[in-house]
Amino acid sequence: MTHSSETEPTPRGLSRRPVERAVAAILIGLAFVVLYDSYGRGAGWDNGPENGFFPARVGWLFLAASLFILVQSFRSPPEGIFVTYEQLGQVARVLGPLILFVALIQPLGIYVASTIFIVVFMSIVATSRWYAIGLTAVLVPLICFWVFELQFRVPLPKGPLEAALGY
Amino acid sequence: MDDFASLMAGFQVALSWHNIGFMAIGVVLGIIVGVLPGLGGPNGVAILLPLTFGMDPTSAIILLSSIYWGALFGGAITSILFNIPGEAWSVATTFDGYPMAVQGRAAEALTAAFTASFIGAISGVILITFVAPLVAQFALRFGPAEFFAVFLLTFCSFIGMGRDNRSKILASLCIGFLLAAVGLDSISGDLRMTFGSMELMRGFDFLIVVIGLFGVSEILLTVEEGLVFKGKKAKIDLKVVLRTWAGLPRYWATLLRSSVVGMWMGVTPGGAIAASFMGYGLAKRFSKQGKNFGKGEIEGVLAPETAAHAAGTAALLPMLALGIPGSATAAVLLGGLLVWGLQPGPLLFVEQKDFVWGLIASMYLGNVAGLVIVLATVPLFAAIMRVPFSYVAPVILIICAIGAYTISNSIFDIWLMLLFGVVGYVFKKLDYPLAPLVLALVLGDRAEDAFRQALLGSAGSLNVFWANGLVATLVVLAMLLLLWGPISDMIGAAGRRGRPIEAKAAE
Repeated sequence: MTHSSETEPTPRGLSRRPVERAVAAILIGLAFVVLYDSYGRGAGWDNGPENGFFPARVGWLFLAASLFILVQSFRSPPEGIFVTYEQLGQVARVLGPLILFVALIQPLGIYVASTIFIVVFMSIVATSRWYAIGLTAVLVPLICFWVFELQFRVPLPKGPLEAALGY
Repeated sequence: MDDFASLMAGFQVALSWHNIGFMAIGVVLGIIVGVLPGLGGPNGVAILLPLTFGMDPTSAIILLSSIYWGALFGGAITSILFNIPGEAWSVATTFDGYPMAVQGRAAEALTAAFTASFIGAISGVILITFVAPLVAQFALRFGPAEFFAVFLLTFCSFIGMGRDNRSKILASLCIGFLLAAVGLDSISGDLRMTFGSMELMRGFDFLIVVIGLFGVSEILLTVEEGLVFKGKKAKIDLKVVLRTWAGLPRYWATLLRSSVVGMWMGVTPGGAIAASFMGYGLAKRFSKQGKNFGKGEIEGVLAPETAAHAAGTAALLPMLALGIPGSATAAVLLGGLLVWGLQPGPLLFVEQKDFVWGLIASMYLGNVAGLVIVLATVPLFAAIMRVPFSYVAPVILIICAIGAYTISNSIFDIWLMLLFGVVGYVFKKLDYPLAPLVLALVLGDRAEDAFRQALLGSAGSLNVFWANGLVATLVVLAMLLLLWGPISDMIGAAGRRGRPIEAKAAE
């Protein structure tokens, strides 16, 4: 998959190399966590393979692969931009409201959280008129409620509003 | 020809008006479920299973298996038009299907995908009809070592055949295996890698990882290039359908190869997901247009779709004949059979002849109905794509969240989905392939169980993977696939490595 990072003239942004190394470092860290846990519980043979036997072996392979990725990042020429600041801003405009949405599911229930999510997201994006935003924000949770709660009878997280309405 | 007479009787059962009605309803529901990321075939069948308990078993299983066909068809729609695989088995379809849609050849890609699905499914049904007893007997000889060898074959073909950086493929596979190992160990009953966390006890469900890696991350990647949703338009008219069909005979080798791979992977529990990737990988290697794969090559759509459907269909064979489900959805259907008092296995063919042959006949009819319905309803789904991104994105994200939640009624899973969304975004930008991760996660537990049981049987000796002709053949084949890539690379550039085993980590 190629993305537009190469096509922009000289965009400012995070370059690819440090990100590549950071990810490789995280993977190496994870490999050590796996090995620590597996050998901690036993990765040997005790009348059969112990329960860390398989993960430990996968862990070693994983460590080898991620070390190699790290080495590779030093050998390859520095190439391109990982993400431009402009793109990062765009991503944040989705990720921010999304995190807010997930955080609100617990206290408010998924339907009210959806309404807030749609309002916040569509306002930030600002390509729609206010009545379109309002209509979407009300209709989508209502349709979801009808489909999942009433038709499929899948209980989704509900909050104080649903409780007040008797669900 | 006793079986043939039974099949004809089966057609009479399946061709009743209300069974055809159930078929149509099932296919439409299945397409909806397949189009929505996070609902999926197994979930759709599982959710609807309780509603069918009052029905006659034959009608009920026809309805449920039609949902299965519909979901297989539906997965292709979002893969091609949105670049969001509705199902894990349609991930490989995005590789070439989406580029085709970008080039304005969406209708062609969709027709190819549906037709390939149909061909794959029908070859699977033919397999069930005629080869069922033979294959059942063959698979009965499989021990844990043979099962592990089959898994090994799948994973090796990934590394050897992949065009990505091979150390990244390996890392991706390992992450999948390790995620699968988190939680309760089914053999020892111990908790692994939970680090005292209650939430991690259940482990990582692959559906959540898939929703995050493919659904959420794709939205993040999409907004990066401005808030324009990249859903492509598709208008299928008869002319495009006929023109695409006219071009298909040229790809007979790919279709045949994918059907065989799919049938094999479906019967042995490799599953539709692995089959679709293997079908794609093999087509990429052997096609004359192999270099164009990933840029919108029609063969890249045909290969995985044929294999996925052949596997999805063939997965019902061991479920019916042996009581061993070959896929997640087959497992759910198996649960349904038990509820209706039908014990799957060899005896089912003797004691419930009407039911078995009615079901097999319905597979033929259900797929014909599926192809017609899906070709006719694509414009309906294409209408969704004309809605602006700022409306579609929150709806998709909300449905993703709902999908993640309903898998085990846990809000923690929604956070996990979000986390994997970000991971998927970073991985995609750094060219880590995501498909091996998902595959290893899905098959990880079963591969590990097979590995441990095989070693238990041999008291730790690795010779068990060399013990008989069957397992040895599978292992040799796996090694050949693993080394295929490095060897063909070495032919081009002067090799510096000595021992070929290390090549998978070294390249």
